[in-house]
Amino acid sequence: MKTFFIVLGASIAFFLTVAMFGLTDWDRPPLAVQQSGFRGTAMAQIHTRAGAAATKAANLAPAPADPAEPGEELAGTTYENVQVLKNVSVNEFNRLMASMTEWVSPEQGCTYCHNTENMADDSLYQKKVARRMLQMTQALNTDWKDSHTGGAGVTCYTCHRGQPVPSNVWFTDPGPNRPGGFIARNNGQNLAAPSVGLASLPYDTLTEYLADKTIDNNAIRVNATTALPTTKGKPIQEAEKTYALMIHMSEGLGVNCTFCHNTRAISDWSQSTPQRVTAWHGIRMVRDINGNYLEPLLSTFPKNRLGVLGDVPKVNCTTCHNGVSKPLNGAHVIDAYPELARATDTVAANPATPMPTAPAVPPETAPAPQ
Amino acid sequence: MAMLSFERKYRIRGGTLMGGDLFDFWVGPFYVGFFGVTTLFFSVLGTALIIYGAALGPTWNVWQINIAPPDLKYGLALAPLQEGGLWQIITFCAVGAFSSWALREVEICRKLGIGYHVPFAFSVAILAYVTLVVVRPLLMGAWGHGFPYGILSHLDWVSNTGYQYLHFHYNPAHMLAVTFFFTTTLALSLHGSLILSSTNPGKGEVVKTPEHEDTFFRDTIGYSIGTLGIHRLGLFLALSAGFWSAVCIVISGPIWTRGWPEWWGWWLNLPVWR
Repeated sequence: MKTFFIVLGASIAFFLTVAMFGLTDWDRPPLAVQQSGFRGTAMAQIHTRAGAAATKAANLAPAPADPAEPGEELAGTTYENVQVLKNVSVNEFNRLMASMTEWVSPEQGCTYCHNTENMADDSLYQKKVARRMLQMTQALNTDWKDSHTGGAGVTCYTCHRGQPVPSNVWFTDPGPNRPGGFIARNNGQNLAAPSVGLASLPYDTLTEYLADKTIDNNAIRVNATTALPTTKGKPIQEAEKTYALMIHMSEGLGVNCTFCHNTRAISDWSQSTPQRVTAWHGIRMVRDINGNYLEPLLSTFPKNRLGVLGDVPKVNCTTCHNGVSKPLNGAHVIDAYPELARATDTVAANPATPMPTAPAVPPETAPAPQ
Repeated sequence: MAMLSFERKYRIRGGTLMGGDLFDFWVGPFYVGFFGVTTLFFSVLGTALIIYGAALGPTWNVWQINIAPPDLKYGLALAPLQEGGLWQIITFCAVGAFSSWALREVEICRKLGIGYHVPFAFSVAILAYVTLVVVRPLLMGAWGHGFPYGILSHLDWVSNTGYQYLHFHYNPAHMLAVTFFFTTTLALSLHGSLILSSTNPGKGEVVKTPEHEDTFFRDTIGYSIGTLGIHRLGLFLALSAGFWSAVCIVISGPIWTRGWPEWWGWWLNLPVWR
């Protein structure tokens, strides 16, 4: 009997060891490393050279469409039921429509949003969603330009990547349905969920931190601001939620914690990198997108587009970034589509004046306070 | 320096690995040997360079003195002295001094005709250090991946290096190393307390023998590993802790660049329940 158990135990250990080495997707040198801190601080981004090349290739910006012929006719006066792109020339308008088809529904074509019998018809929900998304894109390229989107800007392709529904949208995750029993509650954690990089951390942290536009600005901050405790402080569960959100941000941007933080003092702005400022605004931007552009579409989306709890599809860092710190490798995608970088919902008095274009300056992020 | 009465019989000629009889002598109680000379050379040079580096730096605060490795851009080349070159020479001196000391221990073992347990155990500590500042930087392609020499700065390096892999506690070899460190501490506390209690009996009682010691642990946990066994176990636990520490850092970067929690995907992917 003893021999049997020894053999059994040894076999299980052997097969688990083989599985551990065989099923793991190991990396190997050569590495492509970017140092971001003073030498010896270990503030660096570690990737394999092959992995970095593959990520770059997977995030190429599409070539912009040929420039539109100049014209004075405005879409808002020529076409019916144009609500957002009124102050855009007809040629530009049609060029943008063709580009949007390439960006969002290359297989489905115009009919994904339009009733081709009557292009002005609003019967398809996709068209109403697209209209709101145009307003969102213009807001991202204007209101959020200085703090997050910078000179690169965003187009529909930044998130959609040729798919009607971007691959990295998320819904509130209610977790497994537990009728009761010994472990009746999992406290929202311990699922090895992809949303937290397979860690045991809380898996639905995004609902609280990214979907609620009215959340307290300091909700994510768990570090004490004084050397000695003055209040009860935040419970460790809050720290785990914050850690979960940070893992999401790292995975979404393909970076590690040292991209933004010098981890000797994670909360200290004076020791953090400038990227942390951009990320801080990015969190607010995502809340703006989810709260002001996606939530209001709840009644517009059909049931099959909603999550299990009936919530709208939402965005997070990964939706745009897709594993790189600058979406689409930092390409200035907005340069070729200036109409997406200004408000166009009122007809200008003199349409002949050249459209204001987004200046091609590098993104100016506020430097971290020294 | 006066020689203790029993020392004479331990002062045995020969057994050297290098230098033959040339350095085969004692200075006071200390055996010299070829490797004693190289130890002295490397440690004096290395320490002097550390002090020189501190003098170049902004502070004499002993906590904040920092001799940092080169920028990553220098790769595996030599860096200018004040931009990491000092770190490179100091590292060379450190490896030279540690290895010399281990080889000097070997020579002494040979003289005394005892096993090589002491130099072997010290070699595991050297292995961990060399893995950290030589092997891993070589595999990752830059000396800049070594850790800085400084009391606080090396802790900052440890923190950031851990967070490069998002959550270092998920590193399986780190788990093993930490477990061995805790276990070696537990074993030492059990053993130390046992020895202290048996050699400090109550008033009027005699010092207790190993039979008492064995009985105590047989009564308490059902097993006593014995007087010789506890030292073998202690050595195994301590060396395993150092060994797995070396493993956990050398796999972080060279063969795993993502978050360590993700590594456990192999368990989720077991064909049994995939």
